[in-house]
Amino acid sequence: MRHQTKKKIGKITVTLSILVLGFLFIAPLLWMITASLKPETLIFKDMGISAFFPKDVTFNNYAEILFTDRVNFFHYMWNSLFSVSMIVLFGLIVNSLCAYALVKLKFPGSALILIVIIALYVVPFESVLIPLYIVVNSFGWINEYPALIVPFIASAFNIFLFRQFFMGIPKELEEAAMLDGASPGQTFWRIIVPNSKPVFATAAILTFVTHWSDFMWPLIVATDESIRTVQVGIQYLFADRTIEYGQIMAALSLTTIPVILIFIFFQRYYVQGITSSGVKG
Amino acid sequence: MEKTFEAVPSTKKPMTYDTQKKWLGVAFSLPALVLLFTFLVLPVMLAFVYSFMNYNMLNPAGKEFVGFDNYIRLFQDAIFLTSLKNTMYFTVLVVPIQSAVALGLALLVNKKVKVAGLGRVFFFSPVVTSMVVVAILWTFLYNVDSGLINHMLHFFGIENQPFLLSPDQAMNSIIFMSVWQAAGFQMMIFLAGLKEVPEELYEAAEVDGANVWQKFRNVTLPSISHVTGFVLIITTIQAFRLFIQPYVMTNGGPSDSTKTLVFMLYENGFQFRDVGYSSAIAVVFFLIVLLSSLILKKALKQ
Repeated sequence: MRHQTKKKIGKITVTLSILVLGFLFIAPLLWMITASLKPETLIFKDMGISAFFPKDVTFNNYAEILFTDRVNFFHYMWNSLFSVSMIVLFGLIVNSLCAYALVKLKFPGSALILIVIIALYVVPFESVLIPLYIVVNSFGWINEYPALIVPFIASAFNIFLFRQFFMGIPKELEEAAMLDGASPGQTFWRIIVPNSKPVFATAAILTFVTHWSDFMWPLIVATDESIRTVQVGIQYLFADRTIEYGQIMAALSLTTIPVILIFIFFQRYYVQGITSSGVKG
Repeated sequence: MEKTFEAVPSTKKPMTYDTQKKWLGVAFSLPALVLLFTFLVLPVMLAFVYSFMNYNMLNPAGKEFVGFDNYIRLFQDAIFLTSLKNTMYFTVLVVPIQSAVALGLALLVNKKVKVAGLGRVFFFSPVVTSMVVVAILWTFLYNVDSGLINHMLHFFGIENQPFLLSPDQAMNSIIFMSVWQAAGFQMMIFLAGLKEVPEELYEAAEVDGANVWQKFRNVTLPSISHVTGFVLIITTIQAFRLFIQPYVMTNGGPSDSTKTLVFMLYENGFQFRDVGYSSAIAVVFFLIVLLSSLILKKALKQ
């Protein structure tokens, strides 16, 4: 009996801790969204607990930044969405093919190449920032979409992710395809791809989230407003003190929405990506 | 691409399956390899070369090799030493705090209570928010006069704090925010590790009369040690890369108190256009990150 009550108290403590800490973690975001729906004058007047409750709900802040000529946030969203989608699309093709080649089609030198690719994963992006800028500049890509896309298509991390998954596909499946007269290319398309949907989903989501948040690179290669991305766009809004707070809050919320949607709908793959990279590696 | 290769055996002498495999392997891996070489391997090599050059982007024709001049200048540069110190300070504090918070949160949401799933979503929610968004948001929250945090402190009778405006508080404020933003990420990794700890181990410990702390110390920690090692290494690498927070929130100030290695690298490369000097910072940064993760890996093995 004593054991039972002790367990119950433990459960209540855990529940309360989760709720209190959970509020602390969600509070700044709750404030961001609530403030984006408030008229300007209320944002810094509603302090304390009222900061987290909507009042006089208005969508003016959103309309202002999306549909007026003054701030072209809609265009920034499009720039990010387009370039990140291209990275995801080409990245899935290029990296999965490469991993398949290195794991299943082994050719002279493929083992060494794999080791080099895994070693490349440790290079922090910041340490190649300047020479990468010079390389991209020599292609004439500054302030052009390819600067935001092409350097990030091939990814050592994604190749590694695909490799881990492909290694787990039983050899019998491929051998059966081979006996049926399928070429290695057909085997990839008919056997490997349909059996690897989870890893494609994981790679796509991780790539999208990572590059949607990119800041430093677009800051230096996409200086022109016509190609500005969301993350750099909100920084400009923030640095430009003539802009109103409600509008910044609306911009911050809009920047966050795509990732929230991904998290809600693909939570399983998203979390799998985070953990599979770690626990096995 | 497949089609052309399929056509080969039928027109010329038939290729064996194995030769076909080899050539296709080369063809399939080539796009990724060319891209990786152009945008990663080549830049790495260039960073090393440029670091030994006097090279300004405004005058590319005048570049010349100057030996170790950039490195000598670097270690005599007071701003570099400050940036190095600040980066180390951030890393040394963020890594243990963030990992401990993440483990604590993981232990909480790993319990069989109704709100565990909700907790997971709440603790993870700052992770889906990009660092730029978080940095802007917290600049408002940290505001001396109108910030929500000072308002809350006021409620508890604490007077207004300058936070980002004070050289003594700015970096600590950034640390606090960074832990809040990223702990949920590490929590997910810990959680995956905790799920793999066999239930029997806890039951056995309970039979032996172990209390909560003893169970944690003798069962949980040893069972997830490989996960802990991984978390410590990725958090360390992440911490060294600190840039967005000082760039957005403090511009490296006040009085250089939040200037970091990457901030300095960016500043020299893209504001002063000094490729040579900036590359030297990049090389030193790379070596620090590499050495730290190697040392950490070695230390964790024991």
